[in-house]
Amino acid sequence: MDSPLLPEGVKRCSTKAFFLWTLPWLGLLAWGALSAFLCLWKGLNQTNMSNVFAFALWIVFDLAVIALGAGAFFTGFLTYIIGKKELKNIINAAVIIGFICYSGAIAMLGIDIGQPIRGWFIFWHANIHSMLVEVSFCITCYLMVLAIEFVPIILENRQLNKIKVLHIFGHNLHETMAVFAATGTFLSFFHQGSLGGMFGVLYARPFAARDGFYIWPWTFFLFVLSAIAAGPCFTILCTKLTEKLSRKKLVPEKAIQLLAKISAFLLSLYMVLKIADTLGWIYGVVPKAGLTFMDFYREGPYGVWIVVCEIIIFGIAPALILLIPKARQHEGWLITACLMTCIGIVLNRFVFIVVTLAIPVMPFDRFWGYLPTWQEWGIGLAVIGYGILLFSAAYRYLPLFPKERELNPVT
Amino acid sequence: MKNKHAPVNSYGMVIDLDKCTGCGTCTIACAAENNVSVRSDESDKQRSITWMQLFKITNGKKFPHTEVCYFPRPCMHCEEDGRGHHQPSCVSVCVATATKLDHNTGIVSQIYTRCIGCRYCQAACPYKARYFNWWDGYFPKGKGLDRYLSPEVSPRMRGVVEKCTFCHHRLMRAKTQAYAEGRRDLEEDEYITACAEACPAQAITFGDLNNPKHKVSQLIKSRYAFRLLERLNTKPKVYYLSTKDWVRELADNYLPGEFKPL
Repeated sequence: MDSPLLPEGVKRCSTKAFFLWTLPWLGLLAWGALSAFLCLWKGLNQTNMSNVFAFALWIVFDLAVIALGAGAFFTGFLTYIIGKKELKNIINAAVIIGFICYSGAIAMLGIDIGQPIRGWFIFWHANIHSMLVEVSFCITCYLMVLAIEFVPIILENRQLNKIKVLHIFGHNLHETMAVFAATGTFLSFFHQGSLGGMFGVLYARPFAARDGFYIWPWTFFLFVLSAIAAGPCFTILCTKLTEKLSRKKLVPEKAIQLLAKISAFLLSLYMVLKIADTLGWIYGVVPKAGLTFMDFYREGPYGVWIVVCEIIIFGIAPALILLIPKARQHEGWLITACLMTCIGIVLNRFVFIVVTLAIPVMPFDRFWGYLPTWQEWGIGLAVIGYGILLFSAAYRYLPLFPKERELNPVT
Repeated sequence: MKNKHAPVNSYGMVIDLDKCTGCGTCTIACAAENNVSVRSDESDKQRSITWMQLFKITNGKKFPHTEVCYFPRPCMHCEEDGRGHHQPSCVSVCVATATKLDHNTGIVSQIYTRCIGCRYCQAACPYKARYFNWWDGYFPKGKGLDRYLSPEVSPRMRGVVEKCTFCHHRLMRAKTQAYAEGRRDLEEDEYITACAEACPAQAITFGDLNNPKHKVSQLIKSRYAFRLLERLNTKPKVYYLSTKDWVRELADNYLPGEFKPL
């Protein structure tokens, strides 16, 4: 039915099969829409957030998707600025994943603030000292950059490409992509960093507080590094998942391996610095506040196991797997390592958000727990549903993977 | 070097914990004075709004050696963020400049109509002194609560953060009165907070910490004076007095052997 819209020379499932595929994700979107409506209409009392857990599931989702979406700017940087031409085979997918992650995060933030109508105050009454202002400015601008990067991919649709004006416009946009890649890199560096800075500057919360360089706490640099290590892993995972579902090879292995190799080095560097930062925190910030490392892990479910998981199991282990050429060339190990890296980064964001708030600072205060409501899950999962829908539609209707035709000749 | 941000007046509070009986009058007076909304069910303590919160602390010993102390906690109106910047933790993080430290009074204000409800300030405050309005303000007419509303304090809408203002409107009122009488300076008793006024045990003293004639500036020199979480370096303007070592020890985090009993 929609065959005129499909890219030429490639095989796609039937419209009916595609429609059935979209149903569960549409279901998630409907759940999210109902949750969003309730939160906007009745207020944030629909969540289980509280004066203790001022940030909760949504902020974890936000920080997680922004870190995982870093593949877009970093792949763009490698492709257009460094000149790694083989990554042109995966850049479209990276851009769309980035667009999904950032637009999803901004939509979620719009519901998360108590007065969404006043969202523009961030720009109008901006407090230049606030890390969150830097985050807001950069992610808003970067979403625009991502939209501009997305446009030429949309214009490559078979029918749209037939319109001469659009074809020329899309082609010219392609030519200027290096400028947007550079802008995106600049903006992303600052917002990924500021997201880390947001927690590092909580100087009165010794669990999150960090020393640093000039105005930037160490978390600023660690968040940038962890995002550019995990972003490409997430891009690889999404590509591999698409390959598995479509039962086709979509990206030449060379591009995947290059991304995996770069990710391996960045993740290793991140782990070294993360360990140094953790030691600096244990022997610097923590005793200065009159606390010991173990004081943070005495109460509640967040024990030392969370540090072991974050640094060793989901940090050092995947870094080692990705560093070994034979291991990363093995598809199973590659996927496992990428998955572990992504879990590690999500865990890191979770720790900085939820565990920071769960641990009381006043000695006579108690540990508080938090479990999200169905409305919070609804909005979080809707972002996943939206992402899968948009990515599926992009794969179906746009030449997302330039080498698809070459790798899978239709007989 | 002289701090160019040092406040002209530095209003602060001294709470004598040895005198506090834990009656809760301060919290009630505060809520009534500042139009703090109540809900029909206030059992969810993580979401209730208590600008002046009363903590009950014990020395952890078994009967008959158990000792109890009540610990009232308003906003600390911090002077710094803990790293020497002359802005409290909550002020430096606020995205929309909705909270400010007034360098003329030392009071940390909250602009409700500018707050976007991002709650970053709540995450930054180690004292949990900031409260989010999870619901719309509730002052049921049938029960006459609406008639108790103070016209001097704006009620807050859903989705914004609020906190103790050191009854800032009382300062405005006192200043207006002084201006009308041709004076520039306020007398010590002209501006005090509702909690200090209401405390039946007179455990709360309020005044200008920079004015050597004010009682608070003398009380803070006591060897028994301390501040909550003092080593975080947030420089709170709320001081406490207690002759009990275990109370002073519980007011901050100490490594083994660090705390020196008096």
